[in-house]
Amino acid sequence: MAQIEIENVRKVYPGGVEVIPDLSFDIAAGELCVLVGPSGCGKSTLLRMVAGLEPITGGEIRIAGRRVNELEPVERDISMVFQNYALYPHMSVYDNMAYGLRNRGEPKTTIDAAVRKAAKTLGLEDYLSRKPRQLSGGQRQRVAMGRAIVREPAAFLFDEPLSNLDAKLRVKTRVEIRDLQQRLGTTSIYVTHDQLEAMTLADQLVIMNAGRIEQAGPPLEIYERPASVFVGGFIGSPPMNFLPCFAGAGGVETATGQRLSGDSPAMGDVTAGVRPEDLTPDAAGPLPLHVRVVERLGATVHVHGVLEETETDLVASLPGSDAPNPGEVLRLAPNPGKLHYFSAETGRRLG
Amino acid sequence: MIENRPVLNIVQHVILILGVTVFVFPIWLAFVASTHTARDVNSGIPLLPGDQMWENYAQVLGEGLSTIGAPPIGLMLFNSLIMALAITIGKIVISLLSSFAIVYFRFPFRVLAFWTIFVTLMLPVEVRILPTYEVVAQLGMLNSYAGLSIPLIASATATFLFRQFFMTVPDELTEAARVDGAGPMKFFRDILVPLSRTNLAALFVILFIYGWNQYLWPLLVTTDESYYTVVMGIQRMANAGEEQPLWNLIMATAILAMLPPVAVIIGMQRLFVRGLVETEK
Ligand SMILES: Nc1ncnc2c1ncn2[C@@H]1O[C@H](COP(=O)(O)OP(=O)(O)OP(=O)(O)O)[C@@H](O)[C@H]1O
Ligand SMILES: [Mg+2]
Repeated sequence: MAQIEIENVRKVYPGGVEVIPDLSFDIAAGELCVLVGPSGCGKSTLLRMVAGLEPITGGEIRIAGRRVNELEPVERDISMVFQNYALYPHMSVYDNMAYGLRNRGEPKTTIDAAVRKAAKTLGLEDYLSRKPRQLSGGQRQRVAMGRAIVREPAAFLFDEPLSNLDAKLRVKTRVEIRDLQQRLGTTSIYVTHDQLEAMTLADQLVIMNAGRIEQAGPPLEIYERPASVFVGGFIGSPPMNFLPCFAGAGGVETATGQRLSGDSPAMGDVTAGVRPEDLTPDAAGPLPLHVRVVERLGATVHVHGVLEETETDLVASLPGSDAPNPGEVLRLAPNPGKLHYFSAETGRRLG
Repeated sequence: MIENRPVLNIVQHVILILGVTVFVFPIWLAFVASTHTARDVNSGIPLLPGDQMWENYAQVLGEGLSTIGAPPIGLMLFNSLIMALAITIGKIVISLLSSFAIVYFRFPFRVLAFWTIFVTLMLPVEVRILPTYEVVAQLGMLNSYAGLSIPLIASATATFLFRQFFMTVPDELTEAARVDGAGPMKFFRDILVPLSRTNLAALFVILFIYGWNQYLWPLLVTTDESYYTVVMGIQRMANAGEEQPLWNLIMATAILAMLPPVAVIIGMQRLFVRGLVETEK
C-alpha cells in the first residue's frame, strides 16, 4: 500500500501565483522518493504541504491512508530535516532531540531511552550536553537527523539537508542518510537540486519542472529513457547533448546531412539526444567535433567542443587514454541503440 | 587595533581618564558632601571626604528627615523599588506578549495595531500627563502603587524592540517547533523567551532606571507621604521652605538612591556579557 499519496494537489500562494497546478503521485511504504528540479519549480512548496507547514489549495494528501489536509504538522506523524537544521540554539543536543517527545507528554524514561538510542545510531553520544553552536556543520546535521528519528514517525521529510556541507562531507552524509533510511525502513521524501544526490539516493525519482511532474520512476529507468528533453538535460553529468535532426524514410540525418541512424522514430524534424558517455571516437563517425577544451578527470576526459558547420555545442566523455588536444577535429559516433529521439515541437520522447 | 605605540597609548589613556573624571566628578562631590556637617558643606563643598559619614548616613537611614518634610528614606527606597520593578516587569511582559502577537499571528487590523502602538512612541508620559492624571484620579488610584506604576507600563519602545528581534528569528525555527508539536504559547515560552534573554537583560536595566528615575508622575499622584519615592523625596528636601537645605543629608540620600540601579546594572552585566560572547547563529 502506498504510504504517502498525493492526489491532484494544487497550490496557489496568496496573491494568485499558481505554483503547482495539478500534481499526483504515490510513494510506496519504505521507499525514499527524491524530488528534483530547477530552482523555483515548487519542490519545497510540495514538501511543505506534505509537512503541514503550507495550506493545501486543492486536492488531497494522505499519509498512511489518512487524509491529512486539515491536520497540524504534529498530528501528521512526520518529522522534517531543514536546510539550515533549525536546531534550537539555546538547548543542548539532548534537549533538542527530546523536545518533540516532551511535548507529546511521553514519560521521562521513554524519552531518555529514545534519545540515547538515536544518539547511539548517529554517533552523537559524546555530544549530548553540548549546545548546537559548539558543533561542526556535519554534527549539527546529524543532530537534526537525530531529532527526526527519535519520534519514529511514519515519514521523514528532507529539504536539501546537505546543501550546507562541503563536498566531501556531503558524499559521506548522503551514504549515512541512505543507510539510516534503509535500516529504519521509513518512507521518506527528499528534496534536492543536486542530480547526483538524486540519482544515488532515490528509490523513486520525481523530476519536477514549473510545478509539474516531468517524469517519475526509478532513477536508472529515467536515466535510460528520459521522457523529455528537459529530463535528458537535467539528469546525467555532463548533461545530454541535443542535435536538431531530420527524420526521413532513409533514417535520421543531422543538419549537415550526416546519417546518424538507419531507422526513423517518426517523420520530420526531431531532436536527437545522446549522452556524452555514449559517444566513441570513430574515423568514419557522423559527428566531427572541433575540440575546444579538454577536462582530464583521471579515469575519463570530458571533451568540450562544437560540431563543424552547425556550431552546435557537444560534450563527449571518453576514456582517459583517448584524450585529444584542443584545436583538433575528432570524429565521433553514437553507440548503437543509445540515441534518444524527442519531438522537435513538444520536447517529449518519441518511441 | 593591535597597534602598540607608547605615545598613542598615553594619549588614549589621557583621553579616557579625562572622560571618566568628567563623569565621576559630580558623584565624588556628592559623596564628599555626604561626609561633612551641614555647616561645612554650605560654606563651599570641600574636595576631600570628612569624618561625618556615619553620623549622616545613620541619621538619614534612621530617624529620617521628618523636620524637612520627607518620610524615612527606607520607606522611600522601598516605594521606588516597588514602582521601578512594577514598571519594568509590567512593560516587559506586556511588550513581549504584544510583539509576539504582532509578529506571529495573522489577525484583522494587525498592521493598524502595530502602528497604533508605534505612534504612542511620540506620546511619553509628560505629554499626556493631564489626561492620564484625570483618568487615574477618576479610578481612585491616586496614592497607590497601582497609580504610580500602571500608567507608565504601556510601552511602545520595548514592543518595537521585541518585534524587531522576533523578526530576525528564522522561520525554520518556528516551523521546527510546530513539527515538534509546540503550540503557540509553548513556542513562546520554550523558544522565543529564552532566545530573547540578552534583549531582556538589556531592557530590564534600561527600564528599571527609567522607572527608578520617574519624578514628575510620582510628584503628581502622591500626596500621602507613605507613597513618596526617593527621587521626589530628594527634591522635597532641597526645597524645604524657609530653612537652609541640609545638603550633607540630601547628598547622602542621593548616594543611597543611586545604589539600587547600580546593583541592577552589575547584576545584569553578567547576562549581557554572556549574551555577547555566546552570539547564537
Ligand atoms: N510565500 C510565498 N508566497 C508567494 N510565492 C511563493 C512563496 N513561497 C514560494 N513562492 C514561489 O513559489 C515558487 C516555488 O517555490 P519553492 O520554494 O517551492 O521552490 P523550490 O523548488 O524549492 O526552489 P529551490 O530549489 O530554489 O529551493 C517560486 O516561484 C516562489 O517564488
Ligand atoms: Mg526549496
